[in-house]
Amino acid sequence: MSAVQTSSPTPDDTRQRGPLAEVLFSLLRSGTFLTGLVIVLFWVGCAIFGEHFAPYDPLADDIINALAPPSAEHWFGTDQIGRDVFSRVIVGSRDILTVAPLATLLATVAGTALGLITGYFRGIVDDVVSRILEAFMAIPVVIVALLAIVALGTSKTTVIVVIGLSFAPIIARTVRSAVLAERELDYVAAAQLRHESALHTMFVEILPNVIPPILVETTVRLGYAIFAVATLSFMGFGIQPPSPDWGLSISSNYGMIGGGFWWTVLFDALAIASLVIGVNLAADGVHGALND
Amino acid sequence: MTRPAKAENALELTDLSVAYRVAGRNRAVLRNLSLNIGQGEAYGLVGESGCGKSTVALTVVRYLPRNGLITGGAISLDGQDVMKLDAEALRRARAESVSMVYQDPGKALNPSIRVGRQLTEIFELGGITGQAAQDRAIAMLNRVRISDPTSVMQRYPHQLSGGMQQRVAIAMALANDPSMLILDEPTTGLDATVEAEVLDLIAQLRQELSASILFISHNLAVVSNMCDRVGVLYAGMLVEEGPTEVVFNDPRHPYTVALLRCLPRGGQRKDQGRLDTIPGFLPGIGAAITGCAFADRCALADDRCRTELPPLYDLGGRLSRCHYHEKAQALPRATPSNVAPAPKAAAAPVLRVAGLNKTYASHGHALRAVKDVSLDLRPGETLGLVGESGSGKTTFARLLLGLVPPDEGGTIELEGKALAPRLANRSDDQIKAMQIVFQNPDSALNRSHSIRHLISRALKRLAGLSGKALEARLNDLVRSVRLTDRHLAVKPRQLSGGLKQRVAIARAFAGDPRIVVCDEPTSALDVSVQAAILNLLADLQSKEDVSYIFISHDLAVVRYLSDKIAVLYLGRIMELGPSEDVFAGPHHPYTEALLSAVPKLDQTETARIRLDGEIPSATNPPSGCVFHTRCPRKIGAICEQQEPPLSEAQPGHSIRCHIPYGELARLQKAVVTEPA
Repeated sequence: MSAVQTSSPTPDDTRQRGPLAEVLFSLLRSGTFLTGLVIVLFWVGCAIFGEHFAPYDPLADDIINALAPPSAEHWFGTDQIGRDVFSRVIVGSRDILTVAPLATLLATVAGTALGLITGYFRGIVDDVVSRILEAFMAIPVVIVALLAIVALGTSKTTVIVVIGLSFAPIIARTVRSAVLAERELDYVAAAQLRHESALHTMFVEILPNVIPPILVETTVRLGYAIFAVATLSFMGFGIQPPSPDWGLSISSNYGMIGGGFWWTVLFDALAIASLVIGVNLAADGVHGALND
Repeated sequence: MTRPAKAENALELTDLSVAYRVAGRNRAVLRNLSLNIGQGEAYGLVGESGCGKSTVALTVVRYLPRNGLITGGAISLDGQDVMKLDAEALRRARAESVSMVYQDPGKALNPSIRVGRQLTEIFELGGITGQAAQDRAIAMLNRVRISDPTSVMQRYPHQLSGGMQQRVAIAMALANDPSMLILDEPTTGLDATVEAEVLDLIAQLRQELSASILFISHNLAVVSNMCDRVGVLYAGMLVEEGPTEVVFNDPRHPYTVALLRCLPRGGQRKDQGRLDTIPGFLPGIGAAITGCAFADRCALADDRCRTELPPLYDLGGRLSRCHYHEKAQALPRATPSNVAPAPKAAAAPVLRVAGLNKTYASHGHALRAVKDVSLDLRPGETLGLVGESGSGKTTFARLLLGLVPPDEGGTIELEGKALAPRLANRSDDQIKAMQIVFQNPDSALNRSHSIRHLISRALKRLAGLSGKALEARLNDLVRSVRLTDRHLAVKPRQLSGGLKQRVAIARAFAGDPRIVVCDEPTSALDVSVQAAILNLLADLQSKEDVSYIFISHDLAVVRYLSDKIAVLYLGRIMELGPSEDVFAGPHHPYTEALLSAVPKLDQTETARIRLDGEIPSATNPPSGCVFHTRCPRKIGAICEQQEPPLSEAQPGHSIRCHIPYGELARLQKAVVTEPA
């Protein structure tokens, strides 16, 4: 192995791919990543263009045809007020696909900043901040959501903030451990020997080197965020009617399962499952590509 | 164990070619390599990194990485064709007839299994179990001179020192009485004293065992001491082979000639001439080679060399792959040897350190990493810091730089002004005056930034430059460390080790420093690259009048660059004085032992002073003289009870020893220690 690594870096070897290109190259060769990507892109496509190809208006009721089983007319059947389930599933990806990524983004930004601070300063700063974060992690998301709704009222923003802040400590922990390892490297000492500010050292020197674990953690968190959004909607804390959101639809229809009207719930549930699986496959691919 | 009658040679490689498949292409690593190792012979394989040395070792046992494939040739191990063995036979061959010892014993041993279990496991594979296996394991440990095998058996690898770990690894390798022992850089990364101990062991074992040895090393001196014959590998080809003494004293290939010239030898110093270097780079793996592989870097090469691959000329008992082997030694120097001017004497010290201490708290004990160090350094002078690992060299350097605050009480003065203990409280002028070149450029250079960014950031912060002025200084600086513009755009990982270290040096010199700490700056580099870096440091010093604090475990390198030497042991200065005096002696018994441990190329067999055991823990240093537990010249109870003072034996030369100077001189004359 060593022969492979040590003999190639002559300065003339400019054909060498950069690290970014190398990661992209291996992502595009990863079946796992590509499968996940196709699934995710399918739902993103539905979210953006769903309205145009959904056969019915997802919000239009049709009481006469309520609770019709799947048929050629209504592929996935209709719900209790006669809305077309197929159309609702297609358009229902819209809210979850805005809320979950935004929540993840918030979690990543906040978590990265916290991770950099705790990992860089270590000592007392790390002890205090880390204990607070751990205490925060101990509270279930649902309880946080309940409190936030009481304080802020129900809205998409509330869901984003609740999930974003609940996930931030988890990302902070990952970033912190990566930063602790980087902190020991001599380039950090070299920065101190130039009197660089802590901000510069954290964000310009260290941050670029901890991007790979952050990317992996972000993609993994996105899967959990989707699941969390669906859960909160199902519990009524999240996205509000009349949105055709999947979690919300399951919540308003699951009482029907007992009556044999399985189609009102099953397709929404499958949609959630497929999106989570798609994101997780993609995350797996990213993880593999970055850890080769 | 019964074996078929021994074949004539323990190992025969015939026209062996090996390639690694990288990005869909087969890239040749070994090219038609043929060599034989006789029964009981020790064969050394030398060459720079990337020559294919380790690939040879892996190929012999067909243990190549997944992308490696043997593209041609034959391997015969004790008369057995290794290429034809099926999986089961191969497994048996690896278990019974060939053993390997790797560079890092810490990685070769399983950290979570006791040493004893790891050893008995080998015997169990051979069908010996229970008490019998235990007894065999103890016998093996005895054989590798471990004095207390039963207790060592109970320990985990991390509880053993590096030298002990390597002994255990050797014991494991010898467990099945192999006919072939492959040692791949077995002492690289160990301290000189431990290296000497392991090499002594291997030499002793050779007399007891019948095993043939393939000894792979980049260290020519080690190979010259250990091996009967040596092969020089270059770009996967054997370029020279012959009896060790003959090859090293009378090389017949320009590559061997050049390699030998890169080493500082016979006490050579920076003011006596520069080291020679090898220009250019090793061809990359898989490079198409038409003529002689070395032609691009060889000053003797002509058109014939570039077009016609030289055969291995038989020069009577030795081989050379050079068309002009008879005049190889006339190879012109690649680097002129003109001498740098001697440092200006008698200026006021640029650095003055007095009573510097550093104590760490370790599990409730005080760990005194640096104890009462005082010294001073003049402009343009180099202070060499030597000592085994754990002696406090690096901690001392970090205290100076302010990366670690020292204990209260000590003072560091830079150009007459006291320095704040913490970096953050030092002025910008003070920090730019003292910079460092770290040991490992991969850790020291931020891998996310381009070379241009790395150097210009240092210029901006340390020299306060911007815009056109920065650009101009950047160009100067880059040229002064012999880099070119095309290196600026790339990231560190696209450069070789030597080039990366040049970037680190450029960065350290950005703010016109008064003092540069060099912490083992060449220990990760090949000798030819090391020579170029040492020349560069010497040139920069004579040009800029900068002082160096040079830390290295390689005494020849320290001697080449240093004007003054401080020998550290357990954080204390044991000897301090002008380089020439410290090396010439009489020296402190510790210095004497360090010098005697260094393997020398110009072999004049001298009685070696061995240091037993390892450096004691700094949390619980020995009473009296801290060196008394290992001292070969201990005189008695006084050494255990009283710490000797660092007393000036001669003007400028201080030794911390109870033995009077005159007596040391007499004792050491009896054993003529050839200086490194």
